[in-house]
Amino acid sequence: MFIVKNRKIFYTFSIILVVISITALSVWGLSFGIDFKGGTSVEFQYSVSRPSIDVVKAEIDSLSFEPTIKGSYNLVPTGDKGYILNLRTLTEPERSNLTSAISSNVANSVEIKKFNSVGPTLGQEAAIKSLISIILVILCIVIFLTFAFRKVSQPVASWKYGVISIVALCHDIIIPTGVFAILNHFYHGYEVDTLFVTAILVILGFSIHDTIVVFDRVRENLRNNNGIKNPKTFEEIVGASISQTFIRSINTSLTTLIAILVVFLVGPVATRNFTLTLLVGIFFGTYSSIFIGSNLLVTVEAWQRKSLVKSKK
Amino acid sequence: MIKRRFWAIVLILVSFLIGYFVYTSENPTSKFKFKLGLDLNGGTELVYKADLSKATSTPTEITSSMNTLRDVIERRVNAFGVSEAVVRVERIGFTGAESEQQLIVELPGVTDIDKAVAMIGATPTLDFRLVATDTDALSKALANASTTEEKQKITDQMFTYTGLTGRLLQKSVLEFDQTTGAAMVSLQFNSEGSDLFAKITGENVGKKLAIFLDGDLKSMPNIKEEIKGGNAVISGGFNGSAGIKEARTLVDDLNLGALPVPIQLISTQTIGASLGHDAVDASTKAGVIAFIVIAIFLILIYRLPGLLAVVALIIYTAINLALFKLIPVTLTAAGIAAFILSIGMAVDANILIFERMKEEIKRGRELGDAVSEGFHRAWTSIRDSNTSSMITAVILYMFSSTSVVKGFALVFFIGVAVSMFTAITASRTLLLAIKHDKAGRVLTFLFGGSFKNSNNK
Repeated sequence: MFIVKNRKIFYTFSIILVVISITALSVWGLSFGIDFKGGTSVEFQYSVSRPSIDVVKAEIDSLSFEPTIKGSYNLVPTGDKGYILNLRTLTEPERSNLTSAISSNVANSVEIKKFNSVGPTLGQEAAIKSLISIILVILCIVIFLTFAFRKVSQPVASWKYGVISIVALCHDIIIPTGVFAILNHFYHGYEVDTLFVTAILVILGFSIHDTIVVFDRVRENLRNNNGIKNPKTFEEIVGASISQTFIRSINTSLTTLIAILVVFLVGPVATRNFTLTLLVGIFFGTYSSIFIGSNLLVTVEAWQRKSLVKSKK
Repeated sequence: MIKRRFWAIVLILVSFLIGYFVYTSENPTSKFKFKLGLDLNGGTELVYKADLSKATSTPTEITSSMNTLRDVIERRVNAFGVSEAVVRVERIGFTGAESEQQLIVELPGVTDIDKAVAMIGATPTLDFRLVATDTDALSKALANASTTEEKQKITDQMFTYTGLTGRLLQKSVLEFDQTTGAAMVSLQFNSEGSDLFAKITGENVGKKLAIFLDGDLKSMPNIKEEIKGGNAVISGGFNGSAGIKEARTLVDDLNLGALPVPIQLISTQTIGASLGHDAVDASTKAGVIAFIVIAIFLILIYRLPGLLAVVALIIYTAINLALFKLIPVTLTAAGIAAFILSIGMAVDANILIFERMKEEIKRGRELGDAVSEGFHRAWTSIRDSNTSSMITAVILYMFSSTSVVKGFALVFFIGVAVSMFTAITASRTLLLAIKHDKAGRVLTFLFGGSFKNSNNK
């Protein structure tokens, strides 16, 4: 019951985090990866030793591209012998010119470890598709919840379970997105790309998974409450449901978080930002299904009673 | 009791066989090896945009053009000996009018982009256009035009697209003019092409028909009469020994396939082999460590059922890996992350059952009833929550624009589906096999009840 009694504290905590996230998003914004905005990213490594950054820059500056790439590219060292170069989309001849420019020294040959180039239209397409998939996932989940809880309409209508879970879902995706905006502002390199969107979708799936387990318990307890002598109040039922599922929620999230944490620590570098997003998202997803989602059921039911009393007057 | 234990033993034996299959099929000659994506194996992915603006564009014709395009590129890639290359067509865009067709070429093991682009770029586009009657005036305008856009505009006025393209070509042969000895390239259309060619020539006697190769005017013969049978000849321009060589290359290229529509490279991605190897090592290591940590966690918290859950997880992993091989699923770094994530979610089904069991034991139920009740009551949660995860996976798969996300979604879906299956088969069978209807204190403790509780019963 502790959780239901103190729901205002948990709401406040969440609201503060969401407000911080939204502020960070609107002040600093997100930086998008090349798979959304288009462009080229090259990771290359020298066989012997890395020439100084000025030498490589001079080589790149000597290229006469139209429009020029001078001053509009970004070159950062990576590993012991490599660099990552980010710049605009290149045409095919420009690409080969660039490759020969950075590998002009034969004694210290260059291996292109990764080359990624996305046209601007393709990037836009990917961005639109990502947005559509997020909206669709949310819509389908509401429809599914309304269906799965169709036999539970008292005292809170089944579609409200769906809407409440959306509120919780928004909470779960706004916070990791905000974390990305903050990290990118201070450390750089935390770009929003298709993998980030995938992570957001997984968070949606996981959080709804968690929320459903608690709602399922509420559904069962409501059924058991029917026709008994001293029926419990809705608030009591939700409180009992939360504490009955509490350990399960914590244990499940812990095992999942352990798995992701291991991938984050020893897994491939390519998926590091992805697993970081998952870590943050799943943590807050668990938080919201325990402390926010079910509590909102109680709040909604309280509102309903109030407006019922008013209309009777 | 004996029957339940019999099934449990069958289950373990079958899983052992599946595991054995997964292990032995990893030798280099097996056709059931794991398929690794470009990011793990190294390779190049090229995305081309098909320029359909000039093609006659009924949807069926576009589909047919794109299929020909795919076949042609596939033949060319295979001719260069790239093994397991994937060439596929994707429709991009949601509004019908602005839809765009893309050709995606995946070349495992090819890390030299120059080579890859040259390999595909060598495929010629061939098309036939009707020449406008007032060519002279337009030719002058063309000579005066300064920008490429203007030139393009005038060229478009001079030549009308006929819809007769390399798509309709059956084969081409190198021939020599009997009087002059000059090289010629003779073309034979397929039946659709022959009909179209007859129609074009029949309706336009007296005009000129231009043959364009890779957008360049190759020759412009006069149409003297309707030509039936679908034979055409490209002549002129092949002079001397260099000309013969050029004509021969052209014939070879055309036979490997002429492109029905021009294509433009819009995205390139190359991953070096060493980077891929590092990712495989890191992913495998992550998977093994995650599994061990989860196993320790489960056994510490849930005791005997925890141990059973670990057995169920091993079965789960074996089934999943076998499916990856049989379907086959191309594994990427994101796909492996999805698999590890799905292990975490598979654990959830077991945790839900065990927590319910513990509750029932606390309420004073006999161990035997507690197991069946715990399973029964946890099922609705497992079903509903996994259904929502599968909905997510399906949408991800349908709307993803990159192979990375598609791979992730597929693995995630298989993972969740298999986890539901193992929850109702493996976990249940194993639990039922070791439960005792008259449980002693030790067994009840092992199932997660406390000693005190079992005394109070």
